[in-house]
Amino acid sequence: MSADLAIRLRGAIKRYGEITAVAGLDLDVPTATCVGLLGPNGAGKSTTMRMLTGQSIPDEGEVEVLGYRLPGESKQARAELGVAPQLDNLDVTLTVEQNLLVFSHLYRIGRHDRRAAIERALEMAKLADRRDTRVDKLSGGMRRRLLIARALVHRPRLVLLDEPTVGLDPQVRQELWALIDALRADGTTILMSTHYIEEAQRLSDTVLIMSHGKAVAAGSPAALVAEHAGREAVEVYGPPAKLVEVEASASELGLRTRRTGTSVSVLGVEGVDGRAPEGERRPANLEDVFVLLTGEQID
Amino acid sequence: MLVREIVNYSSYWRASAFSSTVEPTLYLLAFGFGFGSLVSTIGGYDYVEFVGTGTVATAVLFSSAFPAMFGTYVKYAFQRTYDAILAAPVDTEELVSAESLWMSMRAGVYGCVPLVVAMFFGLDPAWGMLTVPGIAFISGFGWANFGIAVAGFSKSIDNFSYIVSAVLTPLFLVAGTFFPLDGLPQVIQILGELNPLHHCVELVRGAAFGFDGWTDVLRVAYLVGFGLLMWRIAIYAMTRKLID
Repeated sequence: MSADLAIRLRGAIKRYGEITAVAGLDLDVPTATCVGLLGPNGAGKSTTMRMLTGQSIPDEGEVEVLGYRLPGESKQARAELGVAPQLDNLDVTLTVEQNLLVFSHLYRIGRHDRRAAIERALEMAKLADRRDTRVDKLSGGMRRRLLIARALVHRPRLVLLDEPTVGLDPQVRQELWALIDALRADGTTILMSTHYIEEAQRLSDTVLIMSHGKAVAAGSPAALVAEHAGREAVEVYGPPAKLVEVEASASELGLRTRRTGTSVSVLGVEGVDGRAPEGERRPANLEDVFVLLTGEQID
Repeated sequence: MLVREIVNYSSYWRASAFSSTVEPTLYLLAFGFGFGSLVSTIGGYDYVEFVGTGTVATAVLFSSAFPAMFGTYVKYAFQRTYDAILAAPVDTEELVSAESLWMSMRAGVYGCVPLVVAMFFGLDPAWGMLTVPGIAFISGFGWANFGIAVAGFSKSIDNFSYIVSAVLTPLFLVAGTFFPLDGLPQVIQILGELNPLHHCVELVRGAAFGFDGWTDVLRVAYLVGFGLLMWRIAIYAMTRKLID
């Protein structure tokens, strides 16, 4: 059981004073899969990540990473895992290559392999021609690529990505997605936290939806949609008054609805042809599931 | 072994060294020439020699306690550098030790600068002076860990001014750097004996003018003890801060 799980969390609880950031979380990440932790800000994703690196010690619950029990064996686990955090913590006064060099030391890469490891990391992040540039001169996208490259310098079996594309332009996001996809293809296990639904949908084999410190649903994107949102939805745009009307008539028909600020989507309309409201027909998607289960508004 | 790797890493942090050496040298020059014209000898030594050996301790203090306090805090609060390091297989203990060892090595080097300057002004070189880097290193280790501990316990960088004015400045003044302690009230003299800076100063004087046998051995022991105690406190403080 534990052998095929890269990560295993059971009943993890973490409190900070009055706030319970993680309220009893169960999480399984099988080897060589990509699991997306999808949740709004404050759902407890970053805290969960910190528990996996031993930087936060849970108040209750079990944490096992790569077969090692945390927090006792966290050092061994960290030697085999790579972390790309949400907030930039690169050494700004050093160059790209120097940052990688430092981490190659910290990850105990032997002298003979160090050069090759750094080259490989530079290649993967497409930063080989910027190796001598100081980090504070890099663009946001490049810095993020460096953050990821730094996490991969020692060829870890497991990589933790905390909001890998937050705040980046669409173009750069695509590039990073390609990078992450390549990692997946390579057989690396990935746990990625994000609040971007598209990202979770594209890259994950399994998505775990988190809200208020707990998992509210887990499964492949397709399975989650089928289970929670049905097949088709109708999206109706209009002024607030009209939206309220639509919601009322939908609930009379026993259909669920959800808002996106400017529209209402009526879900599960595949069974009520003819009585469905006027609007744009579209397939149900992960966003519907997310909003239904977490009650959050999408920005 | 492990620590060495990290120390290696620390060397990449190009610390700007100048304030740590220039300031004590300025003190030395100012007091040396200023007071030197009023006071020709203190306890049998030329004032320049007296102050020169004394300011070694100041150079040590400046190159260890201050960067330890401010550097550590900045790295923690603004650069989240420690977060990155702790995600790698490095423990807080190794991290703290590497930081302070690096600062101690720097202190070992910078501590010699006032001596060299004093030599230009007439201080005679002596074989004993070869121990000065070592004395500076041991003292520096204690002060660096002290600084890290302060950074570890502080919630905001404003707290540092308290430490500087209430702790470091008095210690710095009551160390026998610029004037001997004999003339001061008994109470202050006793505090002086507890002051690691004082022992550093006396050891450096010993290095330049002749060691004082067992007393100096005790002084070294005191400095080593101070270093080790501060080291454990620093580790405790930073672990508390970084791991929640």
